[in-house]
Amino acid sequence: MDLIGKGIREAFFLIISLDAEVFEVVGLSLWVSLSALFLAGAGAVPAGIWIAGHSFRGKHVLMRVIYTLMGMPPVLGGLLVYVVLMRRGPLGFLRLNYTPAAMIIAQTLLILPILLGLTINAAQEKEEKISRLARTLGAGRLDTALLFLFELRYGLMTAVISGFSRGISEVGAVMIVGGNIEGKTRVMTTYISQLKGMGNFERAVAVGLILLALSFLINTLLYGCQRGRRD
Amino acid sequence: MKKIKSRYGILGGMLLAAALSGGLLAGCGQKKEEASKTLILATTTSTKDSGLLDAVLPDFEAKTGYSVSVVSVGSGEAMKMGENGEADVLLVHSPAAERAFVEHGHADADGRFDVMYNDYVLIGPKEDPAGIRQTAGHDALKAFETLYDTESTFISRSDDSGTHKKECSIWEKCGKNPEGGWYVKAGTGMGAVIEMANEKLAYTLSDRATWLNTGGDTDLAVVCEKDESGILYNQYGVICVNPDKNESIHHEGAKAFREWILSDETQKQIGEYGAEQYGAPLFVPNAGK
Repeated sequence: MDLIGKGIREAFFLIISLDAEVFEVVGLSLWVSLSALFLAGAGAVPAGIWIAGHSFRGKHVLMRVIYTLMGMPPVLGGLLVYVVLMRRGPLGFLRLNYTPAAMIIAQTLLILPILLGLTINAAQEKEEKISRLARTLGAGRLDTALLFLFELRYGLMTAVISGFSRGISEVGAVMIVGGNIEGKTRVMTTYISQLKGMGNFERAVAVGLILLALSFLINTLLYGCQRGRRD
Repeated sequence: MKKIKSRYGILGGMLLAAALSGGLLAGCGQKKEEASKTLILATTTSTKDSGLLDAVLPDFEAKTGYSVSVVSVGSGEAMKMGENGEADVLLVHSPAAERAFVEHGHADADGRFDVMYNDYVLIGPKEDPAGIRQTAGHDALKAFETLYDTESTFISRSDDSGTHKKECSIWEKCGKNPEGGWYVKAGTGMGAVIEMANEKLAYTLSDRATWLNTGGDTDLAVVCEKDESGILYNQYGVICVNPDKNESIHHEGAKAFREWILSDETQKQIGEYGAEQYGAPLFVPNAGK
């Protein structure tokens, strides 16, 4: 318990003193996970709405595959990306391993099925109604898209929050493709793992608390958006 | 809506409580039965990754009836575990830190004992772009100076492990303070760092056992080894943790392990390990010498 108390004190100290190393690590965590969230969302939301609104052969199999991938272990996702990007791998010429780009790719792949699955779920029953509404209103393509985003906002917000939480909290994939290199690919989760490995528990707990606080802050913002519209 | 939610909440809470209590009960039962027989050995990644422990530990377990839980971490963390009373016995390779550990009273009354040694090797791309082989030969200090002057990509463990401490001590002896884009601070284990060096075609310092065990499939090669000054020498020691730290420290088992690993028979086994597979033994036993 003493360690946690010290961790809380250390966390305050790190934040107040604007510790350069910690801020760099926090910044990279946000950059990687938010980029992955944006990329995955740009693909998964339209695709999810489309899948929800169409029936086609193999849809049920596809759904099962998506649900399975929602539970993809991050280490496995990281390993697959690593193998593809390694010098001897098919995309090795890009030299992306041990760069933030590789970390964003890995997290995008991890988040994508989550956003896709939850978008489909959100849109499943409403798709037909919204389509009809759009036609009745004589909406163009852009307006139809906006109408979908508005009508499905609660479900989509859940998807976005779940996806972001998955990205910011995982350690397996970013450790493999990033390698926890100081100043280049070190994010909060790999940093915690390393600090524990060096027996520096106070700082490890402190960084962990900053990670949790940050997640809380971002979730509050997202829920705020959701709530604000509902009330 | 609210009713359903709270019902789920209660259900979830019940499940959680059941899982927790089940886990606790199972844990307690196991502890009572096996506590007297289970020993926690905190050791470096090299003894585990090289396969040595897997090869010799069954003999200890068969002879004494103890079962050994091997926690393989960096030497720094292994000693921290000892300091916190989380391990019973240590097998580590950071002699200066080990002596400090004994001095601070973290060891039992007997202190530390030499077990075996191997050596460190500087590895790098087969083509050796920095020209270490020509400029430095077997001179490790010259090799590190060359790396510094040419700013060749070098990957440092940077994790407070025995290997990292050795690397720092070599830089210190050179009077160099490596900084900049070429000096990559990885913060991971030896195997992962060799893999990273292979991907980035960089140089790194490794213990010979891990290098032989993981380096075979890479585009890397040894560029500097066998320095005559002994600076690349890598001594392993065994330490029993001070039993006064807490009640659950298993001092009897720790002592049995120490006696066993220092015994002539085990020492002979250590000296033979790896000879068949790699053409040369990975460790040289030197207990009591």
